[in-house]
Amino acid sequence: MAIISEQDQQHLRDYFAEKLVHPVTLRFYTQRESVLSIPGQECQTCADTHRLLEELVALSDKLRLDVRDFLTEQEQARQEGIEEIPAIVLEGQNKGTVRFIGVPAGYEFATLIEDLVDVSRGTTGLQAHSREVLAGLTAPVHVKVFVTPT
Amino acid sequence: MMAVESDKVTADVIEVSEFPHVAQRYRVYVVPKTVINETIELEGVRPEPAMVGAVEAAARSPNA
Repeated sequence: MAIISEQDQQHLRDYFAEKLVHPVTLRFYTQRESVLSIPGQECQTCADTHRLLEELVALSDKLRLDVRDFLTEQEQARQEGIEEIPAIVLEGQNKGTVRFIGVPAGYEFATLIEDLVDVSRGTTGLQAHSREVLAGLTAPVHVKVFVTPT
Repeated sequence: MMAVESDKVTADVIEVSEFPHVAQRYRVYVVPKTVINETIELEGVRPEPAMVGAVEAAARSPNA
């Protein structure tokens, strides 16, 4: 059974067709399924997140899923600052770095959809003054927003 | 979405119920909680000017 309902899939298909402009890659760091498992090392939500993202990218030809293994591709994960999985890095017209750590379920699913549109267009709905301030930043800023699914 | 507008910004949305050690480390008792450059902490939903102002302050801080 699909994670995204048929009704939501249709809504998202229409929404993406209207809103997405340039392609977006969702680079997904996960733990590949293995016959061996190390107690305490399993990623509890990686498989569900993988299924969710596969269903999501199937809804638009502008979305692409790039699956990376957190264990065997440690060097790239480290370079991207990925410390926990599942992790999703959005790559498109964004100037800075946009990442989701943990399964993007509940309210965060809506945030992911909004961010996909912004990253695809390279613009946001922020006020003109906010965009000016952000464009004028001269030092790195790392914003961490902690959320829960409900 | 602020990271879309500036190459200086990295924005992480972190689902803390999966990572209790992260919740503990950042003392997340209220969500959303925003931590900027490990120094500025904002709890709850804040209006856009307050968020952008905090980001600007973090970028100007010598500790940033």
